[in-house]
Amino acid sequence: MTSSVATPPSGRAGIPQPRATPARRVSVFLSQHARTRLGLLLAAPLFWLGAVYIVALAALLVTAFWTVDSFTGQVRTEWTLDNVINVVTGALYQTVTLRTIGVALLVTIVDILIALPIAFFMAKVAGPRLRGVLVIAILMPLWASYLVKAYAWRSVLSEGGVWASLVEPIGGESPGYGLPAVVITLAYIWLPYVILPIYAGLERVPDSLLEASSDLGAKTWRTIVSVVLPMLTPAIIAASIFSFSLSLGDYITVNIVGGTSQMLGNLVFTNVGAANNLPLAAAIALIPVSIMVVYLAAARRSGALENL
Amino acid sequence: MRTTAPRRSAILAGLAIVSATALLTACGTASGPGGDDGGLPTELGEFEGSVSILAWPGYVEDGSNDPAVDWVTGFEEETGCMVESQAYGTSDEAVNLVRAGGYDVVAASGDATLRLIAAGDVAAVNTDLIPSYEGIFGFLKEQAWNSVDGQSYGVPHGYGANLLLYNTEEVSPAPTSWSVVFDGASEYSGKVTAYDSPIYIADAAVYLMAHQPELGIENPYALDETQFQAAVDLLKAQREHVGEYWSDYLKEIQAFTTGDSVAGTTWQVIQNVLEGEGATTAVVLPEEGATGWSDTWMVASEAESPNCAYAWLDWIASPEVNAQATAYFGEAPSSAAACDFREDCEAFHAGDEEYASQIWYWTTPIAECVDGRTDVECVDYAGWTEAWSEIKG
Repeated sequence: MTSSVATPPSGRAGIPQPRATPARRVSVFLSQHARTRLGLLLAAPLFWLGAVYIVALAALLVTAFWTVDSFTGQVRTEWTLDNVINVVTGALYQTVTLRTIGVALLVTIVDILIALPIAFFMAKVAGPRLRGVLVIAILMPLWASYLVKAYAWRSVLSEGGVWASLVEPIGGESPGYGLPAVVITLAYIWLPYVILPIYAGLERVPDSLLEASSDLGAKTWRTIVSVVLPMLTPAIIAASIFSFSLSLGDYITVNIVGGTSQMLGNLVFTNVGAANNLPLAAAIALIPVSIMVVYLAAARRSGALENL
Repeated sequence: MRTTAPRRSAILAGLAIVSATALLTACGTASGPGGDDGGLPTELGEFEGSVSILAWPGYVEDGSNDPAVDWVTGFEEETGCMVESQAYGTSDEAVNLVRAGGYDVVAASGDATLRLIAAGDVAAVNTDLIPSYEGIFGFLKEQAWNSVDGQSYGVPHGYGANLLLYNTEEVSPAPTSWSVVFDGASEYSGKVTAYDSPIYIADAAVYLMAHQPELGIENPYALDETQFQAAVDLLKAQREHVGEYWSDYLKEIQAFTTGDSVAGTTWQVIQNVLEGEGATTAVVLPEEGATGWSDTWMVASEAESPNCAYAWLDWIASPEVNAQATAYFGEAPSSAAACDFREDCEAFHAGDEEYASQIWYWTTPIAECVDGRTDVECVDYAGWTEAWSEIKG
């Protein structure tokens, strides 16, 4: 009896032997070779990451060390440090870099100041219904094109525009086109990207901690400073990565509401488009890239990257 | 069964010979239809059935943007050459695309044409094979940007000047000089506008030609180091009073409608739109003269369909089509008879030779001075671009 259980009868008609189709053979092969399976699974995304993402970045790095033939406009693959030296030492690039960093920092600060109370209200005060409505309201502007929003601000800030007609009765005036307009517009456009990580971070702060703080006699401000903010710092840094990096590379908003001012992105744009000087454009593009590398390294040390 | 194999290979060999001949013929006609030894074509051959065109946006309209705007369908019906077109955004882009190959015809502005001719990307054109060429204004033919040593390299399309646009309520008396945006710009500080391109340095040079004759500027596109520095200084001083620079024409229209800008350089088409909106603006061709553009239809030297290309050059220069195309873009037509089909010719000063002679058409600044000086080196376009970034700061 026991032996017949251990060795099932070969001629039993219970489960039919699957037919050996090519697909079947492939799947049998794959189930036996775990490494091949993994390799095939990752090949496409890894190819994408390698060829499309890293190679493009490497091409950018390499191009910065080439030069352009001034008459034919073709890129000559002669190694030179001229572009990089030019960009690092040129007064123009230093001014524009400082201006760009200034704008990106201001946008980030303004966004965080606006996002903190809104995110706190959504996460801790509003009921589930209101919370849903607020999330939709915040995501709504993302449905509109970036250009539409920038042009909307152009008309808001214009002479006799909405802004002017609102503040002129009380003696104010529109900031007009210029750097303030750039900060306002960018802060508006990137706000959803700042609110959402902070909101997610706040949801992870347990209500019980707030109650415990209150039970121990802490007032609202004390609770925020000693309990909420320390737990929220990584989320705030994560949010700042979005607004800072997106502002750092922007050139369209500056073009539309920036008046005469230009940022790093504009310099890259004119050198690629108008001047056909790809190597110089690549060298300029290295500035924001290196700023972001430093910024991300600092953010990593603070542990904020786990909040992204 | 046995005989099929040799027969098939015979057919293949035949095909190979035919296609090789076709290839050779194609190479032979690369310089133009019916051409001999790479010289000028003397007669047109059969149409190839298709033509590939590279042009500014709005130059090749087949009704897909606006059903009423269509001058491609008529061409296809008449010649059987099916049109494939691509639009480009800047002259530099056009030069790169032509160089990459694959186009039969290109419409280029003066700041691209010489580069294309010098690099051998476009071929000389036998204007005798283009009946419509006859009707082109004389003052547009054989100019520095479309001909070399008296040999024409294309058919002029349309032209226009970069004018001075001003708000008639804010700017009085009505300006007659560019000084309102240069030396006198402080009066309208923050409301002056300028074209956002390195080529705008030529506008400053045109102004300096009249106001600082001691600089000896003969041509605003041939500036030596001293002259160039003077133009750059003028623009740096102007920047203090500039509200914003424009390159998107809709942006300038809006700025003048709201009053954010009251004076600055413009195109006729912008004034036409502003007038239609009832804005209180006017344009003037200032006494110093102005910069402008003049576009040329050219045939690629490696054209695969040179006969269709010639047919297109003739078609686009014919009065009715020339009128349609230039009206759609907002520029003066190149053909005298085109004005029979347009009512706004006067606004664009079409055929007004004196008006046209005051225009310095866009040309690429190169190190070898385009005004013929050989004792100095001029600042090339790369230098212009660098300076333009510096001016904007």
